Amino acid sequence: MTFLSYLISGISLGSVYAIIALGYTMVYGIAKMLNFAHGDVIMVGAYISFCATSYLGLSPLVSVVLAILVCTVLGIVIERLAYKPLRQAPALAVLITAIGVSYFLQNAALLIWKSDPKTFSAVAGGSIKLFGGELTISAVTIVTVVSCIVIMVGLTLFTGHTKMGTAMRAVSEDKGAAQLMGINVNTTISVTFAIGSGLAAIAGVLLCSAYPTLMPTTGSMPGIKAFTAAVFGGIGSIPGAMLGGILLGVIEIFSKAYISTQLSDAIVFAVLIVVLLVKPDGLLGKHVSEKV
Amino acid sequence: MKKTKNLLTAGRRDYLISFGIVILAFAVVQTMILTGNITSSLKGQLVPICAYIVMAVSLNLTVGILGELSLGHAGFMSVGAFAGIVVTTSLADVIPFAPLRLALAMIVGGLLAAVAGVIIGVPVLRLKGDYLAIVTLAFGEIIKNIVNVLYIGRDAKGLHVSLLEPKFELAEGGKMIINGPMGVSGVAKLSTFTSGFVLILITLFLVLNLIHSRTGRAIMSVRDNSIAAESVGISVTRYKLLAFVISAAFAGMAGTLYAMNFSTVTAAKFDFNTSILVLVFVVLGGLGNIWGSIIAATLLTVLPELLRAVRDYRMLIYAILLIAMMLFNNSKLKVRLMEKRAAKRDSKLNKEAD
Amino acid sequence: MAMLEVTKLGISFGGLRAVDDLSMEIEKGGLVGLIGPNGAGKTTVFNMLTGVYRPTDGGIRLGGENLIGKKPHEICKMGVARTFQNIRLFGKLSVLDNVKVGLHNEVTYSLVESVLHLGSYGKKERAMDEKVLDILKVFGLEGKADVLASNLPYGQQRKLEIARALATDPKLLLLDEPAAGMNPNETGELMETIKLVREKYGVTILLIEHDMKLVTGICEYLYVLNFGKLLAEGTPKEVLNNPEVITAYLGE
Repeated sequence: MTFLSYLISGISLGSVYAIIALGYTMVYGIAKMLNFAHGDVIMVGAYISFCATSYLGLSPLVSVVLAILVCTVLGIVIERLAYKPLRQAPALAVLITAIGVSYFLQNAALLIWKSDPKTFSAVAGGSIKLFGGELTISAVTIVTVVSCIVIMVGLTLFTGHTKMGTAMRAVSEDKGAAQLMGINVNTTISVTFAIGSGLAAIAGVLLCSAYPTLMPTTGSMPGIKAFTAAVFGGIGSIPGAMLGGILLGVIEIFSKAYISTQLSDAIVFAVLIVVLLVKPDGLLGKHVSEKV
Repeated sequence: MKKTKNLLTAGRRDYLISFGIVILAFAVVQTMILTGNITSSLKGQLVPICAYIVMAVSLNLTVGILGELSLGHAGFMSVGAFAGIVVTTSLADVIPFAPLRLALAMIVGGLLAAVAGVIIGVPVLRLKGDYLAIVTLAFGEIIKNIVNVLYIGRDAKGLHVSLLEPKFELAEGGKMIINGPMGVSGVAKLSTFTSGFVLILITLFLVLNLIHSRTGRAIMSVRDNSIAAESVGISVTRYKLLAFVISAAFAGMAGTLYAMNFSTVTAAKFDFNTSILVLVFVVLGGLGNIWGSIIAATLLTVLPELLRAVRDYRMLIYAILLIAMMLFNNSKLKVRLMEKRAAKRDSKLNKEAD
Repeated sequence: MAMLEVTKLGISFGGLRAVDDLSMEIEKGGLVGLIGPNGAGKTTVFNMLTGVYRPTDGGIRLGGENLIGKKPHEICKMGVARTFQNIRLFGKLSVLDNVKVGLHNEVTYSLVESVLHLGSYGKKERAMDEKVLDILKVFGLEGKADVLASNLPYGQQRKLEIARALATDPKLLLLDEPAAGMNPNETGELMETIKLVREKYGVTILLIEHDMKLVTGICEYLYVLNFGKLLAEGTPKEVLNNPEVITAYLGE
């Protein structure tokens, strides 16, 4: 039974990673950039929700909607101000700028909310007991896993069946050709950042509901891990991000439970390395070879 | 033969500027120290600045000269730091002369970091672009995690090593050197500004020589076009690994220098953020530009100190400056200016030749 | 024995047979053309000869030595050098350094001499400079030694690629569309240069080219590829009068 409960916490944590990774993977697929500030948008989302419930007394659901709105706007603003001017710049310049944005968000949060950790109260309370009380599944876990599935299905339908989704796929294949076909590349990229950042807000709330300590640096490590998850599953691929996120969460919880708490991150990263050595484009990634 | 002379001077200019900056800065700082015109906080930054300069120059070898993005350079720094500490602590009675002990520690630190470089480089360098970057990040975090659970103690019987928990009993008079997550405390501070200065000079000499040699050209040819490099007989795998390992070795020495400046050192110091910090130096200083790395490492380490007046806002300002610099460096204005200059120079050369 | 012997060479990508049952023999000192419509598999043949692709079947021998399974850099050391259809120079290196990279395995000194600039470093570097300038003179590039390769005009970039390939001291030189994008004057000039290179360096040349004036003007023998298969071979005159070749080029 403990195995099952570890598996469930793994899937739950993995679902959070998957939601973050979906944002990473969409932005990477379209803008071809590693948005290192993505993890910090998670943190902002969690703080907004925290403030809305603790200071304004709003209901958890309203606080989540508010967090999504703020993060969506934040994502668009970041893209417009910091990344858009660098469309033609080398990838490394964009990467460093993203790191600058990450520093900015962390330090702005530090000024606004100070460094002392806030205790986040979960968006959903209670739990259900199965097998005569031997297995407890918290409401947060259920909400997390369900949100993740809904988001994944929604995104798949969105990219596959809407005009904007088709535009996104076109831009990710070939920016120049998409533009020639009359697709507004700038709008498409903005929408992608908006969606990615909105997802980050949801991930932030879910993450802090499960692990209630909220600090300005809360988003960094989950951000890096979710990025790892996206690469693990094959960056640019929506099912890949989902698969990568959940596997990563399960591996992390199992390593903590059965091997060592201190080495769990090392194990997660080691698995990533092994996967990439065997499948250099990730589990579900597309292989592109250079033409000679 | 006029043209080859030009080329030699072009090469010499790199040496002249790099060594010029470092020697001048050393002289100025020494004068400031002698006349007592230096703040204590800046004085405390001197050795870290030297270590960061060596880190930046070494990372530039991977990112600027070899053209591969590494996000785990701090991992090699960590290997060098802790290896160096074990060496200096173990040799404390055998070699009383501190500079020699420090030099030995640096050599061992550099060698072990090079070994780590081989272990990581062999699998990693087969990957490309962003995948390579994420795997270096992963290795950097793995090194941090392992050092975090590393216990090394020393007694009359020799060194004892274990992972996760101290599984050894030290005999009487024995001493714990590395104590897991607590790291190292009570280190004899052997690093001095002068030793940092000497390490920078040695690094510059070796790295600049390497760049201006057949090995350096081979590495840069892999960067510019690996398929063409193979077609003229360059083993891409060999030169990628060589550049990566040399880069790791210098990072190891920088780590030893850095660690020997503090009485307490923990594994957490050498994390992803440190790797990124050094990468920022390299990118802002200019890819492949060695003296650019030196200036960027110095300025960006001192900058937060200079912003001390606006205490709470300094890191925020740092972040804004960083973004602003990247935007300016890649703005249409700057690109146009640089292109004009390069085109002018080359059209002049083209005209002279035709 | 022929310098280059290609026997029943073939390669498949997935289900696609890109080159099939190709046999060629090139004598030492020959100047041979490989022609055919776009997509016939000509560059794929070059990629197999230089180890970029590993053939699915067939054999390649250079001076009797097997080339199959060797890595590109090993094949270069065995004496095959090439240029690329889409120019591949070391853009951020000077013209001089581009050719010096070609000398990498010709003039060598150790890693220790590299980082310390001691021993034979100075002597060898000067020897390289002289060798490079000699080669650059053949292509009229000696005055451009310190221009960055990416800033050269297009025609000179093509020449620099040939110069770099020559520096490796090849027995067999493969030129992939050397005249692409050149005007008739430049092409004429290039033809003279190619002839000169063969005489001066005693190298065997196989070239892919669409410019029929160049091909018929300098090649002694031609192989014609179509849909990955050998359609015809012979002297330029024989090949150009071959009705199958005419159909392949002009359509029915």
